Amino acid sequence: MQDDLKPTLGEQDRSLSLTKSPPEAPRTDHDELRSIPGDTVPSVEVSRELTPPPLPPRPRLEVQGRPATSSGSSLRLSKRTSRPQLLSQPTTALSLTDVHPQGRLESGSLQSSPASRPVSRKQSASHLGRFAGSSESGGDDSASLRSYAPTLDARLDGESLLGGLVETEETPAWRALSAQIERDDPFGNIETVDNEFSSQLEHEFDSLETGENDLRTEDDLLELWKAKLKHFFILSASGKPIYSRHGDDHLISHYIGVAQTIISFYQGADDPLKSFTAGDTTFVMVAKGPLNLVAVSRLGESEPQLRTQLESLYMQILSTLTLPSIEKMFSKRPSTDLRRPLEGTDVLLDGLADGFTRGSPSTLLSALECLRLRKTHRRTINETLLKVRSPNLLYGLIVAAGRLVSVVRPKKHSLHPGDLHLIFNMLFEAGSVKASDGENWVPLCLPVFNNTGYLYMYVSFFSTSSSPSSNNDTTSQTGSERPASKVKDDELAIVLISANRESFYELRKMRDDLVLQLEKNQSMSLIKTAIHAGHQPCTDIVPGTPLRHFLYKSRGNVQFTMPSFEPHFHGLVAKRKLMSLYASLHENLHSRTAKTKVVHVVGKEATALAWETPLFELFCVAGPGATRSQLAAGANRVVQWVRREEERVFIIGGAVF
Amino acid sequence: MADSTQAAAAPKPSSSVKLVLLGEAAVGKSSLVLRFVNNDFQPNKEPTIGAAFLTQKTHLPTRTIKFEIWDTAGQERFASLAPMYYRNAQAALVVYDVTRASSLGKARHWVAELQRQASPGIVVCLVGNKVDLAEGDDGPDAEEEEGADGEEDGQGEAAAAAAVKPAAVKPAADEGAVRKVSTKEAKAYAEEEGLLFFETSAKSGLNVSEVFTAIANAIPEASLKGGRAGANAAAGAGTQAAIMAGADSSKVNLNAKAGGDKGQEGCAC
Ligand SMILES: Nc1nc2c(ncn2[C@@H]2O[C@H](COP(=O)(O)OP(=O)(O)O)[C@@H](O)[C@H]2O)c(=O)[nH]1
Ligand SMILES: [Mg+2]
Repeated sequence: MQDDLKPTLGEQDRSLSLTKSPPEAPRTDHDELRSIPGDTVPSVEVSRELTPPPLPPRPRLEVQGRPATSSGSSLRLSKRTSRPQLLSQPTTALSLTDVHPQGRLESGSLQSSPASRPVSRKQSASHLGRFAGSSESGGDDSASLRSYAPTLDARLDGESLLGGLVETEETPAWRALSAQIERDDPFGNIETVDNEFSSQLEHEFDSLETGENDLRTEDDLLELWKAKLKHFFILSASGKPIYSRHGDDHLISHYIGVAQTIISFYQGADDPLKSFTAGDTTFVMVAKGPLNLVAVSRLGESEPQLRTQLESLYMQILSTLTLPSIEKMFSKRPSTDLRRPLEGTDVLLDGLADGFTRGSPSTLLSALECLRLRKTHRRTINETLLKVRSPNLLYGLIVAAGRLVSVVRPKKHSLHPGDLHLIFNMLFEAGSVKASDGENWVPLCLPVFNNTGYLYMYVSFFSTSSSPSSNNDTTSQTGSERPASKVKDDELAIVLISANRESFYELRKMRDDLVLQLEKNQSMSLIKTAIHAGHQPCTDIVPGTPLRHFLYKSRGNVQFTMPSFEPHFHGLVAKRKLMSLYASLHENLHSRTAKTKVVHVVGKEATALAWETPLFELFCVAGPGATRSQLAAGANRVVQWVRREEERVFIIGGAVF
Repeated sequence: MADSTQAAAAPKPSSSVKLVLLGEAAVGKSSLVLRFVNNDFQPNKEPTIGAAFLTQKTHLPTRTIKFEIWDTAGQERFASLAPMYYRNAQAALVVYDVTRASSLGKARHWVAELQRQASPGIVVCLVGNKVDLAEGDDGPDAEEEEGADGEEDGQGEAAAAAAVKPAAVKPAADEGAVRKVSTKEAKAYAEEEGLLFFETSAKSGLNVSEVFTAIANAIPEASLKGGRAGANAAAGAGTQAAIMAGADSSKVNLNAKAGGDKGQEGCAC
């Protein structure tokens, strides 16, 4: 087994990372949107358009010695002799441009899943050596892992991640959360954990609105405010508060003032402050033109993770206002109060912020999750989308409970997880679109796609619980009994995006046609069945392994798949804790350019394995007793499962026109 | 509220009416629509994002009206998009919040814009929402009157001050008085401009269906047939609203020759 764990060299990782362009990178092409078939682009706002980057901004990846300009990323890659076969791969990926090399599992020699494959690259091969290649004995396995261990620094040591809960690296919050957990089945018992941290987490999202707390004194409010585990602030460069997740202006003004003083002090010194820690609290600052964004966390998150979160909040602001309009406002009047133009978008920022606080796999991995569907079923849906496509359509999505069902897009424009995350947040976290019970027409900027102009998004929600015109009720009924599927998860949205602000009625007609066709060809009921089926339990996917949960990200497709959180990770605290574990693993895997592409940790609460190759990132979590070889076997089983299910759990290509 | 269809037994003539809701954010536009369409109310409704499009039928004795409703968000940054929604609209609800004086100022602004830019035949209804707050605040009558008196004091000034900041005019507004816009003031304004006028509560449902019925009645027959000229016919139709100045609804039609945005009507409804 162990020889299957073929970590790849950091360098290769970087080469892949090269394709991950920051949002500003692609702004070199102009007017491509105008050449979209049938698109008359009457919208002056979208004045230019560019070949979008294959992936959303991943600040962390950028840190890894990547050149700042990445518009030539594919070219760079093309020079890499080590993996020429990737270059000729046509992209089918959701969010890759057509030239983007992509690691499909088919790409034979790169196939780095377990039990197989000769490795084509020298680097990989040499790296493999570290795993004491040969044999299948458990002894060898652990030996190879051990031999690998020295390349990890202290932080990567398993004990500090999971086991050594009292070590100094642990935040008090984590410690507190963990303190009472039994050794044998920590996650199983997590619901009984009752301590400061977990109860605070339960109240993390409670409102401080004075209206509801009339009887509280200001001091009480301040205490409640301070008890929050996580804060986000956005302020203008001149120190005006723009957004705070908790507390009103009055309450936070003092702290905003302090933050502003500190930030401007360092900015004045031309040495911007990026982050600092105080006790168990991490402070991270990001300066974006006229805005400063600040995250304060006691959740044990890393600086790059918090930075990514702040970038995402900034993206939301861009999405509301566009970059040029923000710049214009501030250049006209540096003391501009951005609250007014942003009015009504607090729910969107809150949705993002709370998602980060809860911990979301999608954000962590910068990837999307798809609804699992049979390949032929998905193909039918894709064909239907193409058939009913209306001339002004730019992107079309069918989204079920935050998971993508299908996509239709122009050949030259990909969709970016960063942008989709904003859309999903608007659809599923902020209630208003979903609740409106009708159709919505929303101007928005998709900042990765193009941060200078607006697109117009038609959204129509369907309840999946009643299937009015479905002639296949029986199938959807069986699924709907599942207790796991809450009302919230039952929603199906059709999202149609255009550059033409006048195209509402046109897209509305397309929606009608689409629904009609999907119902005619049974796709609608298949989708509903899949929604109600929910996530598969881990034990169904990899029976016989000790795995309790995993995250598998297909790097080429920029998508991930995972099993149900149940039964081991039920509830907010348990999930948050699992996500913290994933976040540490992710951080360890990515924080160095390195060498380290497998991380194995053993703790009192759990054991875990993280494994990265050019094709995928895999994070597996098992109970505390699981051995390395069991974990490795489990990881291999997951990879095998994904290979079998690839076209079900991922959208490969989607409907392209 | 508005009868959910089905009465289609008798094939009454049916026509679509495009209606737009305008007004400051949070005055209750979406709540009014929710009450009208679903007969429901949500105490903590989240702000509308962009605009929502809903449909609902209203049955009149002689015909069925299918409202195609544009519920706009009302935030400043969307102001430039408003013409997209009110263009071609046959009716507009301009909503303010009786507990927020600034919202009437904003409503006046919208009325003026409609008069300049919208279709000449558009039927405009001014709606003061959240009256449940104004009532609940005081004992049924006693304080209500007190509040109303208070309003009247400020009213003259407010009107003179172009209602821009009527709130500032009466700073020490009686502690108990939740109501900041008196019925009298708003009604006088509606009459002056020839608007239908109602005070409503999306929360209790008060007057909500009445608003839509009044609008349906006020839509000129001619305009339903596609023509937008015969607006005068509408005046007589405002029966329900007669008390509330509905009889003047033709005035808007006469005044409003509009908007420079002809040529580019992209959307046929
Ligand atoms: N008491 C009371 N509250 C209302 C009424 N109508 C709306 N609201 C509340 O006012 C807030 C804003 O309402 P909303 O419909 O979103 O306003 P919009 O922005 O104009 O669409 C929400 O919290 C509603 O629950 C009403 O008639 N009475
Ligand atoms: Mg609204």
